[in-house]
Amino acid sequence: MINVLFFAQVRELLGTASVQVDGANLATAADLRAHLASQNDKWAQVLDSDKLLVAINQTMSQWHAAIQDGDEVAFFPPVTGG
Amino acid sequence: MQANKILVQTEDFDVAAEYARIAEDNGDGAVVTFVGKVRDFNDGSEVTDLTLEHYPGMTENVLQQITAEARERWPLNLVTIIHRVGTMHLGEQIVFIGVTSAHRKAAFAACEFLIDFLKTKAPFWKLEASPDGRHWVDARDSDEQAAKAWDNGES
Repeated sequence: MINVLFFAQVRELLGTASVQVDGANLATAADLRAHLASQNDKWAQVLDSDKLLVAINQTMSQWHAAIQDGDEVAFFPPVTGG
Repeated sequence: MQANKILVQTEDFDVAAEYARIAEDNGDGAVVTFVGKVRDFNDGSEVTDLTLEHYPGMTENVLQQITAEARERWPLNLVTIIHRVGTMHLGEQIVFIGVTSAHRKAAFAACEFLIDFLKTKAPFWKLEASPDGRHWVDARDSDEQAAKAWDNGES
């Protein structure tokens, strides 16, 4: 399974902080995003943001980066600390 | 003493104590510190408090990475980064960055580099509360440009 985490407004809009996804048929972060977005209109809308960022195993990543079962993949908006 | 002190915490920090800790080495001619505070930063609405969320684990990793990057660019001795999370009121301290070096130019540059990179790379998010309600703070293009300028050698 892939452990998927959501932060900030992405977490708030989806109404959940994490989900577990079977990664067997998902090759990249973009595949995972599309898979989650296909669940319903709300998820499609939230995950469609062109500002959405992805981290794989706690490292900022590109959408074409490979994923596999056991990974931790996080989706979040641009960061605003400091 | 450990060269890097990197903390993410809910508690406030004591600037005098953090300064004293990094200012002890007589080999350092320069100590530069930065403190970021909660300000009333937007569009006329009165901000009353700010809640900082972060990605535990990744945040600390990113802060370690940008500190390592600063050490590759400048000869630094001690680096402290303390970033608070949770809810803070107007005027409270959010972040402390302290850098020591033999010379001031390295210390100034590294301190600015660290806050520029922290703001654009470390997974923190600000939720702002005002009498009008609460909303997530948008990332600023100017912050992104400030961080990119270091990569382009403009700063």
